[in-house]
This record gives sequence, C-alpha cells and structure tokens, in this order.
Amino acid sequence: MQKITAVNDFVIRFANVNGTGSASANNMFAKAVFRMGIPCAPKNIFPSNIQGLPTWYEVRVNEKGYLGRRAGIDIMVCVNPQSMVKDVAEVVAGGYFVYDNTKAIDPSLLRKDVTYIGIPLTEMCLREYTDSRQRQLFKNVIYVGALAALIDIEFCVLKDLVSDQFKGKEKLIAPNIHALEMGYQSAKENYNCPIGIRVERRDNVGDSILLDGNAACGLGAVYAGASVAAWYPITPSTSVVDAFAKYANRLRIDPGTGKKNFAIVQSEDELSAIGMVIGANWNGARSFTATSGPGVSLMSEFLGLAYFAEIPTVLINVQRSGPSTGMPTRSQQSDIVSSAYASHGDTKHVLLFPATPLECFELTADAFDLAERLQTPVIVMSDLELGMNDNMSSPLKWDDERCYDRGKVLSAKDLDKMERFGRYLDVDGDGICYRTYPGTHPTKGAFFTRGTSRDEYAVYTEDGDEYVKNMERLVLKWETTKDLVAPPELYQRKNGSDIGVIFFGTSTHASLEAIDMLVEEGMKIDALRIKAFPFNSEVEDFLVKHDTVYIVEQNRDAQLRSLLVNECEVSPQKLVPVLNMDGMPITAMNIKGQIRKNQSTDDVIPLRKKERGASIK
Amino acid sequence: MSYIKPSFRHPDLPSNDLGYTKKDYEGVLSTLCAGCGHDSISSAILQSCFEMSIEPHKIAKISGIGCSSKTPTYFLGNSHGFNSVHGRMPSVATGANLANRELTYIGVSGDGDTASIGMGQFAHVVRRNLNMVYIVMNNGCYGLTKGQDSATADIGSKSKAGSVNIYEPIDLASLALELGASFVGRSFSGDKHQLIPLIKAAISHPGFALIDVVSPCVTFNNNAGSTKAYDYVRDHLDATSTVDFVPMKKEIVTSYQDGSSKEVTMHDGSVIHLQKLAEGWDPLDRESALNALHTARNKGEILTGLLYMDAESQGLHDMIETVNKPLNSLAEKELCPGNQALQNINESFR
Repeated sequence: MQKITAVNDFVIRFANVNGTGSASANNMFAKAVFRMGIPCAPKNIFPSNIQGLPTWYEVRVNEKGYLGRRAGIDIMVCVNPQSMVKDVAEVVAGGYFVYDNTKAIDPSLLRKDVTYIGIPLTEMCLREYTDSRQRQLFKNVIYVGALAALIDIEFCVLKDLVSDQFKGKEKLIAPNIHALEMGYQSAKENYNCPIGIRVERRDNVGDSILLDGNAACGLGAVYAGASVAAWYPITPSTSVVDAFAKYANRLRIDPGTGKKNFAIVQSEDELSAIGMVIGANWNGARSFTATSGPGVSLMSEFLGLAYFAEIPTVLINVQRSGPSTGMPTRSQQSDIVSSAYASHGDTKHVLLFPATPLECFELTADAFDLAERLQTPVIVMSDLELGMNDNMSSPLKWDDERCYDRGKVLSAKDLDKMERFGRYLDVDGDGICYRTYPGTHPTKGAFFTRGTSRDEYAVYTEDGDEYVKNMERLVLKWETTKDLVAPPELYQRKNGSDIGVIFFGTSTHASLEAIDMLVEEGMKIDALRIKAFPFNSEVEDFLVKHDTVYIVEQNRDAQLRSLLVNECEVSPQKLVPVLNMDGMPITAMNIKGQIRKNQSTDDVIPLRKKERGASIK
Repeated sequence: MSYIKPSFRHPDLPSNDLGYTKKDYEGVLSTLCAGCGHDSISSAILQSCFEMSIEPHKIAKISGIGCSSKTPTYFLGNSHGFNSVHGRMPSVATGANLANRELTYIGVSGDGDTASIGMGQFAHVVRRNLNMVYIVMNNGCYGLTKGQDSATADIGSKSKAGSVNIYEPIDLASLALELGASFVGRSFSGDKHQLIPLIKAAISHPGFALIDVVSPCVTFNNNAGSTKAYDYVRDHLDATSTVDFVPMKKEIVTSYQDGSSKEVTMHDGSVIHLQKLAEGWDPLDRESALNALHTARNKGEILTGLLYMDAESQGLHDMIETVNKPLNSLAEKELCPGNQALQNINESFR
C-alpha cells in the first residue's frame, strides 16, 4: 500500500456526534494550523438537529492558499460509531483512519488501502475522569493532542490556544493542557510519529484572520451605524444578529447612562422583522435584518412596498439549500432570482455578493450607504458556507474619515427654502428623489407613504400616465444604481481568451483554483467575479468580448445565468452553466471537469467561430 | 357627499396652547361612504390631538390596508403617514417607534386588518407594550371588498345579503387583556364624548393602548339583524363608567359628585376621571375588566369605556433599555466604534 505523504497539503475530517462539544476542539485544531502560518479552510457539515446525530468538521490545509473545498479525505478522525461505515469509505486510498480503539473495530470496516490509527479515547477518559460530561468533553481535546503528535503540530501553539480560549477561566487551562498531553503521549508511544501527512511551519497567512462571514456582517452593521435590528431566528443567518448584539453590547453603550445606542427586537416572524426594518428606516434610523431563503419568501410583499414606496432597507440573506425547507444546514447559492425579483409586480432589488469575511464586513457597511442613497432595498447575498464557517480573510479595516451617506434627506432649513416639497419629484434627473423624516418641519415636508400609486407629491392617484412616469423613473434610478454598486473583479489586465468564466460569492475560491489547473494544462481563460446586481457595463462588456462564458454557481437552475440573460443583451447560447447543488461547497475539480467536458464536446471551437464557419459555407 | 373640501375657515377659529387651530390638524377630504363611522373616529383623533396641543408634525400615523387604513389621509395632514401592508401596521409602527421615541404614534387598523390577516402582529405588539395608540375601526365586515364577514362579526349576525355568520367572533379587547395589554378601551364611533377622552388618555399612556371602536359600515353592515348596525349598537351599549380626561397642568374645573367615581393619575401627571363605575369593576384590575367583558357579552351588551389601565406601564424602549435620545438622531460619533477597536477585534480572530 502506498501511504499518502504530504506536507501542508491535505484534507482532514472529524466525524463527531453533535452536541458533544467537539466544535471547540476541532476549531482549536484549525486555529493551530493557522497559527503555524499555514492557510486552511475549515467547514462544518452539520445536521438540522441539536443532539445525537452525526456531524462533521472538515479542514483543508493548503500552504498555497487554495481555500475551496477539495473532495476526498486524507485523514479521518472518527469519534462517532454511528457514521463509521460511511467514514471509512470516504477515506482516499493511502489515507489514514484515526479512531477510538477502546472497543475493537469491526473487521468488515478494515480496508487494505487505509492506515488505521487507534487511540483508546474512551478508555483514557474513563480512567482519568469521573464526571460524565468531562469524559465527553475531554475526549475531543485528547484526539487533538494525539493529532499534534501524528502530524507534527507544534505543541506550544496548542498550549497558547488553550490559554487564549480560557482567558478569565484560568482554572480550565491546566486540565485542557493535560488532556492534550495525554493524547499526545498515547500517539507518540504507539505510533511512528509523524505519519506521512504532516504540517510544517510556514509564513503564508500574513496578517490574515480566521472568522465566519456572519460575524463579519454583524460587525459591518455595527460600523455602518445600524441602530435598529429586527430578526427572526433561522439557520444559517442567526449568528449575524448574535454578532451584532455581541459587539453592540460591547461598543455601543452610552457612557453617561449605560443605556444602549441600539435596539434589537426578535420578531414573531420574518414579515414582522422586515416590517420593523422598513418602519425604522422610514423614520431615519439605519436598520437591518438577516434571514435565509424561506424568510425572503415571507418578506417578499414588504420588499415590494420598500421598492415602490422607496424606503431604504438592508437585508442579509444567508442562503441555504432550498426549495422549501430543503437541506436547511447545507449551503447553496439558490436565492439569486427570488431575491433579485422578490415581490409581485415589476420589482428588482440591489444585490451584493461577498466572497470573503472582509467583503461581508465591507459590503454590509456599503449596503447601508447604498440603501439610503438609492432609497431601496439592498440585499447582501451571503450563504451558509461563508456565513457559518471560519474563513481565512484579510483583516477588517475601517476608514475613520468615512462619513455615512445618508442620501437625499431634507432638513427643516431646506424645507423653509422650498415652495412645495414633492416626495417623488425627480429634481436631480437621476431618478432619486428627496425624502423627509417624520417630525422635521411643522408645516412642510409631511407626506403620506403608501404602496398605492401616487403622483410626484405623494398624492394618491390612479392616473395611468402618472403611474407610468413613476415606474419609468424607477428604471432611471436602476440605471443610476449601476454606477454606484461595486464593479466586478477582473483577474487579468487584458482579456486574452475567447473563453471566460464568471463566478461570485463562495464559488470564488474553487473557481480560481480550477482556472489555475486549466491554465497549467495549457488552456487560456479569462475570469470575472460579479460583486453586485444590477450588472454594470464591465459585466456586459465581458459577456460581449467572449465567445463562451462559463457561469459557475451552486444551484440547479443556473440562476445567475438566468439573471444575466434577463438583464443583458447577450445570447443565452454562449453562457454555459457550471453547476453544483448537492449542498457541499463546489470543488475546483468539479468546475475543471465540467469546463473540460464542455470544451471537448464543443471541439474547443467557440460558438461564434462555429457560426461564422457555417455562414462561409 | 361633496368632492371639494372648502378651504375657508372662520377667521376667529380658536387656537390651542401652541397657537395651532383645528385647521392645522385636518387632512384631505374623506372618500369613505357618507355616514361612515370611520369619519367620526378620524374627527375624534383630530379633536384629541388639537385639544392636547400636540404639534401636528410630532405625530406619525401608521395604518395597514382597508377602509379603516385609508383614514389617516383624512386627518393630521401635517403629520407623516404610512399606509403599509395588510395586517402589518404593528411591525412598521414598532420599527418607526424604535427609531424615534419622541413622536406620538397613532396606528389605525380595521377588524380584518387586525383580527384576521394581522392577528399575529397584533398579538406581538401587545406583548411588547410598544408606546402607541392602536385604534381598531371595527365594523365587522370587509367594506372594500363588498361586505364579507370579518372575524369580529358576532355569531348569528346577519349580513346585508341575508347570510348569517356561523363562526365565533374574536373579541379584540378581551384578547388584548389576556395578552397583557397595558391599556384597553372600547368605544362607539357615534359617542364622541366618550371617545375623545379615551383617545387622549391612550395618547398619554406610556405603552400600548388599544381602543376598539365599533364603527358601523353604512353600506354593507347597517341592516336589520346585524350586530354592528347603528341602531343595534345604540340599543345595546353599556359603559364601564363615564370618562373624562384632564391633562397635566390643567386646572380641574369639572365638579365631580361623590359616590361611584374614581381618579386615575397617569404617568405624565394627567388624570382620568371615571364616574358611574360599573359594579365590581376596577380600571386598574385586569381580572375585573375581563369579568366585566364576559358578563356584558353574556347579556348581549357591548361594554364600552376605559376597560383597563396599568398605571405602572413601561414601554418597549424602557424594557430594552435604549438611550433616551431618539436613535435616528445618533451620528457617527455615537454609532461607529472606529478603526482602533476593529484592530483589537481582528486580534481575537488570529
């Protein structure tokens, strides 16, 4: 058997039972690798359940910095007998299977092409601890200690992590380090350490941080000055408002009174949450909510009101697998169409697509400026993969000179100078009108906000011409939006190929890795990452300049492709979908495979040339 | 009905303490049916705000969808208004109130808007004790869609077309009491003497104040056999007491007889005088209010007046401990923690 040998390039998976406290131990493992200067990408693969079902934690360690998921498990740490059959099967040939050998393993699970490493976790815990909860918790710490020996994690890094983790609860430091040492000794005594796969200190993470996108969104809302948060719990978005609450409670307390410079309300449902957000924004406070696909469905009616009545609204959509309840703890990018066109009638909404925690932070902050500048809903399109997993990211930063863009709001002084205020009067010709907050002026500036049609002075009307004028102005505003949202990121200075790839959000890491693979194989390919909807001219330009454009996304129906076809003057034929919808993050190999397959069936002749050839005949 | 609202007003129109005349509190001409009970409620709201000398622009009017929810355009034209989504006025009012606690919030809803499509939001805004006046213009039917029964229609009540309601009605006042409402009143659109002091007390109340106002629909639900018709309601009214509201700092000029009367001092120092109290009823006792409602209902009577008030009420802002300043007045200085704090946070992610 050829055992895998690798340094700083492998995938390890932990198979646990949920509710046993494994998350913090697994997290300690990932952080130890990260602190050794090696890029890594941890992922939680968890059930929609609180206690007792299998849960996995997977870490891709890659010193080159490829952070997308890679299929195949090199090391499986199996602490869950329930899932052992599946877990053994998922190890790649030559890989390693670390397990609790307190009880002998079922011989039918023994594979010839896998190295088995038994650590008597249960036995050690029974011997060492009397309390049953301690037995359960320390089992996790012990296997991290064993791994330290098996793959050469610097033990002092783990010790430092324990000290940091239990700052303020110093009593817990020594027992945790003791558990780590027990695991370490057990592995050292019984196996040749390190095994073929190991880590080695590098300096490849720079000043990066490791955090989840939801925390970054929550922080973005704190920094952007959100003062009203209304929300209804739903996986995978819940931790956005949790983070907002955590940091606001730390950073937003009025020093004089000890009272809060913010309000958080857990609402009775998503309809109520978005209603509160709209009410607060209407009244001049920056307000947001976070939800997932089912919540967006419920919020649709209100989103149409905010679009038509022109009320700033910030919504963070942490997408999960649909339709309906779908796979609620698995990731997808499948709310693209439902978010872009949420609500009945002609509506469209601004979408922002973060790909990293830093972008979660920045785009959330930008969403508030855009929503107030444009007086319309802005939806930040994150997903479970980005939102609930620790992702390596450049550090967060805030420009202290930055002022919030509160948009076109008239003060009492402004109103005094005016003859008559028209809420829906396009004074500047950009489709964006001036608004007033309630309570501004005793006799001027009051108007009636409504979801019914109205004239430029906010007076109810069923006059078709007035309605058309208003709807056309909203289109003009949409055009203005294109210049205000983030332009796409291009990965080449000049286009150098007839073939292009478009991707966004959490398909980014895997797409970039796939492109590197294809380039290595001699293929030329241009790449563009979409960061916002509406698409600005650079996106249209990229579509025009390439004969075949692969659209990488994680849903069944190629939703971003639909949006591009819908909104851009482009032939659908040349937009080739590259899809993944199984709920697991897309891999580079998958993307590469789909592109390769299409290129070969396409005979590597781009569509336009084929057509040209035909016309010459 | 007329289609043009005359702009002429008597030159010596009386003004309130702030110098505003009633004209400053008017809205546009109502487009509801002539004789609609809702117009009387609009006018009672207008009168209350005028007499209480609340600056018109310091009021926000919020409604849902339906005939009732159209009324906010017909009063307080100098106040911002928001005609939102069917059944969702409470959430919009909650957000608005969170943003600026200094305005007076008047929510207007109907029986369909509250007791059917909006039941969930109604229940939860009660629980949160949001500082607002919540007026239900309750006519027992869906006027805008031609008179279907609503959830507050009494069992056995006959519609204009002759069909009889077979479903149990929802009594919003009892429900609000059960849900912990801190102020509950019921009135009749035809009884201004009762309605105006009730609205004033509701405005002064620091918390959620429900006034369920029976307001006959002259077009679809004013027929014989309907329990929400003018004649029926007038014949079956029973009041917990008479109500008089004396704002803070106003000298009490009315003389009150001894006997069955009670004074309730409100949070802001205003006083509610109640006279001819119903037997066994105490406005500060939730249980007695529920009992009184049940008894009246068993007798086929519509109990009106102040039903219950919690004098110790604390609104949502106090419950969640927000600053006294309106949140919408906070700027970067108070809201943004700055880059140094962010760099420290970054450190926790390494």
